Amino acid sequence: MSASNRPNPWLHRFAVLTAVATLILIGVGGLVTSKGAGMAVPDWPTSYGYNMFALPIKFWTGGALYEHTHRLWASMVGLLVVALTRWLGGPRSRLPLAIVGAAEMLAGIALPLIKPELKGTGYFLTGIAGVVLLAALVWAKHQPASRALVRLGWTAFVLVQVQGLLGGLRVVLFQDQLGIFHAALAQIFFTILCVIALFTGRNWKKFQLPKFPGLPSLRRAVLGTTILIFIQLLLGATMRHQHAGLSISDFPLAHGQLWPATDPDSILRYNQERVEISALNPITAFQVQLQMVHRLVAVLILFAVAMSAWLAVRKIGLRHSFSKLSLGWLGLILLQVVLGAATVLSHKAADIATAHVLVGVLSLVTGTALCIFTSRSLESLSRASSNSELAPDRTSLAADLAS
Amino acid sequence: MIMKTTPLLALGIALATGVANAGDITGTVTLSGTPPAEKVITPLKDDATCGKLHPGETPTTKFFVVGPNKELADVVVMLKGVTGKSTGASAKPAELDQKGCLYIPQILAVQTGQKLLVKNSDPTLHNVHTKPTSSGNPEQNHAQMAGSPELTFTFAAPENFLKFQCDVHPWMFAWVTVVDSPFYAVTDESGKFTIKDVPPGKYTVTALHRKAAPKGVDKEVEVSSSGATVDFTLEVK
Repeated sequence: MSASNRPNPWLHRFAVLTAVATLILIGVGGLVTSKGAGMAVPDWPTSYGYNMFALPIKFWTGGALYEHTHRLWASMVGLLVVALTRWLGGPRSRLPLAIVGAAEMLAGIALPLIKPELKGTGYFLTGIAGVVLLAALVWAKHQPASRALVRLGWTAFVLVQVQGLLGGLRVVLFQDQLGIFHAALAQIFFTILCVIALFTGRNWKKFQLPKFPGLPSLRRAVLGTTILIFIQLLLGATMRHQHAGLSISDFPLAHGQLWPATDPDSILRYNQERVEISALNPITAFQVQLQMVHRLVAVLILFAVAMSAWLAVRKIGLRHSFSKLSLGWLGLILLQVVLGAATVLSHKAADIATAHVLVGVLSLVTGTALCIFTSRSLESLSRASSNSELAPDRTSLAADLAS
Repeated sequence: MIMKTTPLLALGIALATGVANAGDITGTVTLSGTPPAEKVITPLKDDATCGKLHPGETPTTKFFVVGPNKELADVVVMLKGVTGKSTGASAKPAELDQKGCLYIPQILAVQTGQKLLVKNSDPTLHNVHTKPTSSGNPEQNHAQMAGSPELTFTFAAPENFLKFQCDVHPWMFAWVTVVDSPFYAVTDESGKFTIKDVPPGKYTVTALHRKAAPKGVDKEVEVSSSGATVDFTLEVK
């Protein structure tokens, strides 16, 4: 292990802190959507015309409390990610940070001059530019992390800014659809931070799998299931950002049937029967079908995760850390099924719906970690069998992370 | 096409000769079937500021405002297919108030081009967020602090049930139907309506209710100088 790849416990702790802060951010963002408060503060990046960081406390009320907290917490996560990028990249990250910061500063100043209606975006870019330039100025002679971690750091750096921009544009452009991208990208962003946190520490080593015949099958099962979970999260984000409450309000049946009718008369009847206090958009046939697909995919995921866990336990034993993590994954999915049912039966209570979002993203992260462990183990075994340990495949992310 | 041309032709002739022969269309809207029970708006009660504005009973949702004899309030009744006849620009502005963290009234109708004044009578901030479905009416979202002046809205395109909402208090909704003529009314608590000064002729009258008839129920009517009567029965399926 080279000096640059030697685990730095403080870097690891900082990466964990960033990931935890991001999970909380996703939770607050989930509450914003669950409470229907996404548009409670009509302007951005200002809040009710005030500098976001100086909004008088009397305005922190109702839905504005959730939306404004989300904005402030997101700003803090932005700071943490810029610092993490700088830390991962070492002194070599200073120049690119300075270039990006300067470019953003110029764009931030130029945008409002070219197009006055983009004043908000200009302020946003200028603010970020200040933070990025500050990070570039920090002088610290620590070693950079591995190339893969540095790349992941830069990916998080880009994503956190895109996320901020998407969140703001969703408000000022009145685009509900942007909310779906914002939610989906949040899952990817958090997953990347968790991978950084994992591989800046030492614990991942215990997940190294022994050689066994079913390893490629296990990798395919885990990868396929993780992709399915991500698709499920996209479906969930689409459902939540329709702002139509529950399109099906009973469980396990759906409008009293195994598969609900979606003809115009039935949809009219469902809408007449609904008595929503918030999220009053009438439901549509598409939304009913979407929830049914979400339920079906949930069953598939439960089956696939159970199969993966069973395969792991059977092949490498219950005591292996990989098996324990696989069983933990199954536990998360079971909890997720319960939370999904509770979301329906509680009439989409904000706290339960938000917990459903959080367990969803934790399931994705667990699946991603298992994918990396199986891939890494396969590559490591493959290298061992070809006696080429001294020339690792640098194109592989899993191998690179493990180096 | 005939349906659309006939009232327009009648209107054209009538407007050219003045409204001396115009009559009122009156009627009553009733509901058949049993509507679902309304819900108490618990988040309103739980809100530190809004809860205090309702020291007695907590308000409930008001999707079906039904009288003792099934009379249905909050039904928008209007002449169908009559467009381009708005007198909104010179009409008295309509008003929508935010009081007790509720929109009052919850259902109203205005003409295209007519001013709609939105007041905030509450000791707290609201955001007035319109959610139009017609591309002719852009979405808007404005903060309105306690005690600040009323906001003025106008809508260029006709649209049924254009939603107003407050995202600070996500139980607050109003639906504004934008009509391209002055020939509309909203039923009162006795289910009655009067569409005033309709020129003589044959018309299609449509009754819209957000839950019971979101796409409208139509009836044909012939208006003479003495007016006409048309009643509707909307159905809960």
